[in-house]
Amino acid sequence: MEKVKFLMGNEAIAAGAIHAGVGLVSGYPGTPSTEILESAAKEANGRYYVEWSTNEKAALEVAAGASYSGARTLVTMKQVGLNVASDPLMSLAYVGVKGGMVIVSADDPGPISSQTEQDTRHFARFSKLPCFDPSSPDEAYAMVGAAYEVSEKYNTPVLLRPTTRVCHGCASVTVDDEYVPHTPDGFVKDTQRWVIFPRTSYLNHIRIEERTPVLADEFSECPFNKIEGNGRLGIACGGISYAYVTEAVRILGLADRVSVLKIGTPYPFPEKLAVEFIGNTDKILVAEELDPVIERELVFLCGKHNLPCRVYGKYTGHSPLAGENTVESVMKYLADFAGIDLPESAKTEAPALPVRPPVLCAGCPHRASFLAVKHAMKGRKAVFSGDIGCYTLGNAKPLDMVDTCLCMGADVTIAQGIHRIEPDTVNFSFIGDSTFFASGMTGVANAVYNDCDLVLMVLDNSITAMTGGQPHPGTGRTMMGTDGGKIDLVKVLEGLGVSHIEVVNPFDFFETVNAVKEAAEMKGVKAVICKAPCVNLVKPGKAKVVNDRCVGCRKCINETGCPALVRDGVKKKVVIESGLCTGCGLCANVCPAMAIE
Amino acid sequence: MAENKNCLLCGVGGQGTVLASKLIAFAAMRRGENVRTSETIGMAQRGGCVVSHVRTGDAIASPLVPKHTADVMIAFEPAEAVRCLDYLAPDGAVIVNKKAVMPITVNFGGAGYDADAVLGYLRANVKNLTVVDGDEICELCGSPKVLNIALLAAAACSGMLGMTVDELRECVKLRVNAKYLDMNLRAIDEAEKRFMK
Repeated sequence: MEKVKFLMGNEAIAAGAIHAGVGLVSGYPGTPSTEILESAAKEANGRYYVEWSTNEKAALEVAAGASYSGARTLVTMKQVGLNVASDPLMSLAYVGVKGGMVIVSADDPGPISSQTEQDTRHFARFSKLPCFDPSSPDEAYAMVGAAYEVSEKYNTPVLLRPTTRVCHGCASVTVDDEYVPHTPDGFVKDTQRWVIFPRTSYLNHIRIEERTPVLADEFSECPFNKIEGNGRLGIACGGISYAYVTEAVRILGLADRVSVLKIGTPYPFPEKLAVEFIGNTDKILVAEELDPVIERELVFLCGKHNLPCRVYGKYTGHSPLAGENTVESVMKYLADFAGIDLPESAKTEAPALPVRPPVLCAGCPHRASFLAVKHAMKGRKAVFSGDIGCYTLGNAKPLDMVDTCLCMGADVTIAQGIHRIEPDTVNFSFIGDSTFFASGMTGVANAVYNDCDLVLMVLDNSITAMTGGQPHPGTGRTMMGTDGGKIDLVKVLEGLGVSHIEVVNPFDFFETVNAVKEAAEMKGVKAVICKAPCVNLVKPGKAKVVNDRCVGCRKCINETGCPALVRDGVKKKVVIESGLCTGCGLCANVCPAMAIE
Repeated sequence: MAENKNCLLCGVGGQGTVLASKLIAFAAMRRGENVRTSETIGMAQRGGCVVSHVRTGDAIASPLVPKHTADVMIAFEPAEAVRCLDYLAPDGAVIVNKKAVMPITVNFGGAGYDADAVLGYLRANVKNLTVVDGDEICELCGSPKVLNIALLAAAACSGMLGMTVDELRECVKLRVNAKYLDMNLRAIDEAEKRFMK
C-alpha cells in the first residue's frame, strides 16, 4: 500500500529494494551508507536474508551467488568499500547476473567522513556498469525499482551512487511498503555463463560494448534524465546538485533565462537528450560534486557532434575542484555565469569561535590502550601505524599515537615496510576488531610468513563502533538475529602463527604497560589484544571524583585528554563531569597525588 | 499551499539536536506538509559541531537551508549560534541556550572562547533573540536530557517555528518514551511560562 513516510535517504533505498522483492542484502558498514542495510534488517521479518559481510568483497561475492541463483540482491558500501570490492566487480560486469543486482556505493563529497573524495561514477565507466545518481531520498526510492528492471533486462549488476546529503537527508517519501516476493528459480548449471574464461570474456566484452549505446538511448527517454525550462543559458547537473540548482535558480530569479539538464544516469550518458540540450543553449554551466564527469561528457559530445557550445565548470576554473556544493556555492558561480550581481549581505566582525575537533569518548578503552603503549615506549624509538575506525582519533593531542593511517588493514602492512627500512625501530600496528576481520588477517599472514618484527595491538571493543555499532565475526551476532559462528581472535592469531599473544584489559593499566614492554622486547610477530567493550555497549560505572589531594598539576588532563576532566579555573584544580565520566579510572593511574577515587 | 519554513538547529555532538529536528519534521508531516532535513552523522558527531537543517513547505528542493533564509535558529550553545548566524534570515528568530560548552582542547592549551562576548555579539546583531537558561529548566525538571524540548518550546513561543506550543505537547506525547514524558512536558510548561509573549 502507498504511504507517505518520513524516511532517511538510506531508509528509502532499503524501502525500494524491499518493494522490489529483494531476496538477499549484504554489505559492510561505512558512512554514509550504513543505515541502508540496518533499515533492511529491521524490516526483514524473515522475508529475505540480510548479512553484514566481513568486508565489501565478500558482500559482493555472496550477492553474486544469490543473483546467479535468480534472487534479487542489494549490496551496500561506501565509496572506498567499492575499491575493496573492485576485483569481483570488474569480473562480474563481464559474467553478469540473473536475479537483479543493485550495488549501492555511497560517495562522500567534502569529504565529511571519508579518506577520499573519489567518484563512483568513474567506477561505472571503468566497469561499464549502468549507474543511477539520485538527487533526493524520493528519487533514490524510485531509482532502486528502475535499477532492478535494468539489471534483469540486461543481466547486469547496476550501480546506485547516492551522496551523503541524499543518504543522510530525510524527506517525506511516498513508498509502497508491500513486499512483492521475487521467487528465484535456483542455480542452473551453465559453465559458459558462470565460469569466467578468456574466450567468454572476449565475447562478453563485445556484448557489453554493444549494449552501452542501446542503454544510453534508453536512458535518454528515462524520467530520471530531463530538460527543464527553455532559456538559452544551460545548466547541467546531477545528484544533490540538482536540488541546489533548483533553489539557486529560484532565489536568483533566473527561471526564464535558463534551461536545466538533470542527469540521473551518468553512465551510460543519455547522449540523445544531452545533444538536444546542447543544441538549444548558447553556453552551459555544469554543477556537480566530486569529479567533472557530466562536464567531460558534454565537452566530448560538443566535439563528437561538432556543436558550437562552450561548457563551463571545473575544467575551466568556474566551479570548485573539491568539496561539497551548497545552494550558496552554486548561486555564486551561477550569478557569475548569468552576469548578474549576487544580493549583498551585511557582514559584521564576529568574536573568535572555538575549534571543536572530534575526540574519543570519555571512558573509551582505546584511550587506555594508546596511553599504555605510550608509557611502555617512553624513551624508545617507535612508530605507531594506525587504521580506520574510532581509534584514528588517537592521533589527536595529547595522545598523539597514530603516525600513519591509509586504508582498512594497512596498519599491519605499513608497519612491516617501515621495519624493513628502519629495523631498529619498534613497530606497532593498531587495528580494531572489525577492521581485523575485514582486512587485517592477510597482513598478519604476510608478517609471519616474511618473518617480520611487529607488535600488533588489537583494540577489541566488541563492535564496529565508528559507524554506530554493528556486529562482526568476533561478536557472533548476525543481522538475522541469530548467534552465528563467533570467531575467537586468539585462535585466529595462533592459527596465523603469531608467536606470542597476550590478552589484557586496557583499564588494568600497569599490566597492559608491562604486556606491551614484554612484547616489544621479543622477535617476530607479537600480539597484545586490548579487550574492553565500547562505552556505548555497557552501562557506565560510578563516576570518579577528585578529592582534596588534587594539586592542580593537570597531569590527568594532559596525559589522557579525557573530555570528562575539566580545569576549574577558580580553584586551580581538576573537576570530573559526572554526566560524562564512566568511572573507567584511567586518570587515577596517572595522577601523582592519588587525588582521583 | 504550505509556506516554506526553514529551521536550523546547531550545537555540540550529544546535546540532542537530532531528536529536536525529528519532532519538528514529525509535526509538519502531521499537518500534511512536505519535509526535508539533513543531519550530521559519523565522525563529526563525537564532540564536534553538529547542525540539523529542517525545511517544511511545498517549494523545497535542497535538504540544506540556504544561507540568509532560516526563519528560526535553535542554538544549543552560544558559539555555535554565532558560527551558523549566516543562515538566519534578516527577520529570523534565534533561540539560544545560555551555557557555553568549551571544546575539549581548551583543557590542554587550546583556545577557549569568551562566552560573554559571544552572547553580547548575538544581542547586538539579532533583533529577535531569546536567551534560554537551559540549566535552570533542566534542574527544575530533574534531567539534563530535557534541554532539547525546552529549547524547542521556547522556539514555539517565538511564533516563528510553524508549530504551536500545544502542537509540540501533542507531538511529544506521541513520540517520547512514556518513562520520560512527564519531565519533558514539564520542560514545555516551564519554557512557556518564561517565553510566551
